[in-house]
Amino acid sequence: MLGFLLILIASAFFTGIIIRTKSIASGRKGPGIFQPIKDVVRLFRKGVVYSQTTSFIFQIAPTIYFSSVVMAMFVVPFGPSKGIVSFDGDFIFFAYILALGKFFNIISAMDTGSSFEGMGASREALYSLFVEPAFFILMGSLALITGHTSFQGMFASLHIGSYLSYALALIGTFVLMMIAMIENSRMPIDDPKTHLELTMVHEVMILDNSGFDLGLILSAGYIKFAVYGALVVNLFIGIFPLQYSIPMFFIIQAVLAIGVGLIESFMARFRMGHNAQFIFALTSVSLLIFFGALLILGKFA
Amino acid sequence: MNYVTIINNQSISLNDIPEIQYFEFFELNLGLVQDAVQRHCVNYFGFPFDKRVKLFCCIADDSTHQIYVSSTIVTAQESLLSFSAKNFGFEKFEREIHENYGLKYKDHPWLKPVRYPKNRFDQSKTMANYPFFSIDSEELHEVAVGPIHAGIIEPGHFRFICNGEQILHLEIQLGYQHRGIEQQFLNKQKLLQRATLAESIAGDTVVGHTTAFSHIWESLVDFNLTRDIAYSRTIALELERIAIHTGDLSAVCTDIAYQLGSSVFGRLRTPIVNFMQEWGGNRLSKGLIRPERNQFPFTPELAARLTEILNIYEPDFLEMNEQMFNLPSVLSRFERTGVVSHEDVLSIGTVGMAARMSGLKRDIRQSHPYLLYSEIDHKPIVKNHGDVYSRVQIRKEEVKQSMKYIRTMLNNIPHINENSIDLKTPKPNSFAISLVEGWRGEICHCAITDEKGKLSHYKIKDPSFHNWLALAIAVRNNEISDFPICNKSFNLSYAGHDL
Repeated sequence: MLGFLLILIASAFFTGIIIRTKSIASGRKGPGIFQPIKDVVRLFRKGVVYSQTTSFIFQIAPTIYFSSVVMAMFVVPFGPSKGIVSFDGDFIFFAYILALGKFFNIISAMDTGSSFEGMGASREALYSLFVEPAFFILMGSLALITGHTSFQGMFASLHIGSYLSYALALIGTFVLMMIAMIENSRMPIDDPKTHLELTMVHEVMILDNSGFDLGLILSAGYIKFAVYGALVVNLFIGIFPLQYSIPMFFIIQAVLAIGVGLIESFMARFRMGHNAQFIFALTSVSLLIFFGALLILGKFA
Repeated sequence: MNYVTIINNQSISLNDIPEIQYFEFFELNLGLVQDAVQRHCVNYFGFPFDKRVKLFCCIADDSTHQIYVSSTIVTAQESLLSFSAKNFGFEKFEREIHENYGLKYKDHPWLKPVRYPKNRFDQSKTMANYPFFSIDSEELHEVAVGPIHAGIIEPGHFRFICNGEQILHLEIQLGYQHRGIEQQFLNKQKLLQRATLAESIAGDTVVGHTTAFSHIWESLVDFNLTRDIAYSRTIALELERIAIHTGDLSAVCTDIAYQLGSSVFGRLRTPIVNFMQEWGGNRLSKGLIRPERNQFPFTPELAARLTEILNIYEPDFLEMNEQMFNLPSVLSRFERTGVVSHEDVLSIGTVGMAARMSGLKRDIRQSHPYLLYSEIDHKPIVKNHGDVYSRVQIRKEEVKQSMKYIRTMLNNIPHINENSIDLKTPKPNSFAISLVEGWRGEICHCAITDEKGKLSHYKIKDPSFHNWLALAIAVRNNEISDFPICNKSFNLSYAGHDL
């Protein structure tokens, strides 16, 4: 329960911090950090316009997408305290409930019949395909080290005090953050600020969504980012008592957001063709963790 | 002689232009440009002439600094040999002539409409029923962009045929911005109205087009350009180049999502356009250039102010370039993206930056000097790879070069000539041509007067007219997501093309 609430709070400012960091880095003052949430609230008060070429898929997809993200949020623990739902193998549930949401997002984009949205959907599907092995190798390695297959079990027993486990946690942070950036279509994979339909990935898929639906999609995106942030935090806070771990949660989330903002300010996005290569390279980084896990367990004779 | 030789900004009597048979005209002009890198067609247009059409062809020779003008008379009934079948440089000119006057070409490769003007010959052809080039395939898909542009750019329709992310073919259909500017030049009788029209040919090349119009007018009325006017115009042209190039660098950075470059170059453009406001009261230099007048003389106070602005601008500009051209993520987007080979550039006959990016040295400032450029001893900046990187590099170096020229000129401000001039009427039955190197490339204006000295034909050619085809070639086999950066690195004008 605690994890659920903390993620909700973090999602309220995470994207705002990224935008603010980018503004300051480019010499502007920038909007307040709660601006994205205010925008979503404004969208929630609006009606929805549906294109005549779309079917019911287009209408249900945003809701399914949003609820899939909320369900994923249910299984994320916070340190020793469990998530709202916790069972063996819940990390698989986490990955595929997100995939289900994304699947609906993709077919709703195809439903519009727009050539732009089809392009975005195919890119999104390709990138998700490449991200999946990285996530499962990472989580599988953690399961291998700890002997647990639920998020809560893994994170609670990860902190055996060995330096190697912290090294693994750092690489894990990198992998999880990169996955978060890919899943949320941030730089250097996708440019959320772009105004060019031809280069967009995620933004182009939601071009036809408006009002309430758009609000759902945007807020699901904010929550998703905070969810991955929470997973990263969980790698580190297992043994700390709550009075330390809660501030640590927010500090780590803010640092991640500022990091993302700085990356987006000072580099150009990748050439589209290099993205697949880059994302697939993440899998090899995950493999490092896997070999680390084997080392810890003494599997190399 | 079957053609007449003139120089830039010269006007001649219409009778001095030899009128030859079409076949002779065909052989002559093709012969002039074929296998001659230094010669290209700067303007080729028709002039309606009691139910017949008189064609004028102007070929510029960069090495001799001359322009060869020839003419012929044809009718819409004849079936003509097409120049384009032999040389693509004429392709768009012939399409325009065909569209306006219905001349029939036997072997033109693709008589695609140019801009659907209201007074076009074949009224049954409309924008709505234009058959786009298409491919029948299960694997390939078409992406249609425009004509309503999502951003602030002007309307144009782009039809991509793609294999997944790869562009196989791009067809560009323009004409949505057609305002009948050339006709307006004849309708409006006042000089001021015409000068204002010239300013609105392309909103980003105000100085370039107004200078070209002023030169045409001044050569028609035999006005001797005083040094202070020439000086102001030269400074204005170079400042416009600096401002637009800087803005383009910012826009290219935006398209690759490089935020630092985008905001720094965006900020750097501002002091330059603000200086134009201080000087002439308009950030886009509207009202600055007027024929036969020095509307806003360039004073030593302005010079001091400009030096101050450039002193602040230059270090920031250089530092930002240093940053940008050393950033791997930026270079990976620029290099080998949107390549147009030297052979293609030569066969399309591109001008300006779109020629200089691929080893084709075309720069009116050097080849047909006007204003103070003959004193400057201008050396065009030429790159050889023809990719986005070359186009961006040219911008960077041209800005540095323009700053150098301006600084040199600021040391020697001419005395302002305050003698008022009697306005004369243009010479009757004359033909005048003016070439100006705007920031985008070669601008060509041609004017013809009737027996009373009134304008009877006005022809404008913006560099975009030549260069749009180069963009279509550049994006072939590139990723569709690289189209925006290719497009921005050319930064062609819709309004200048559509007129």
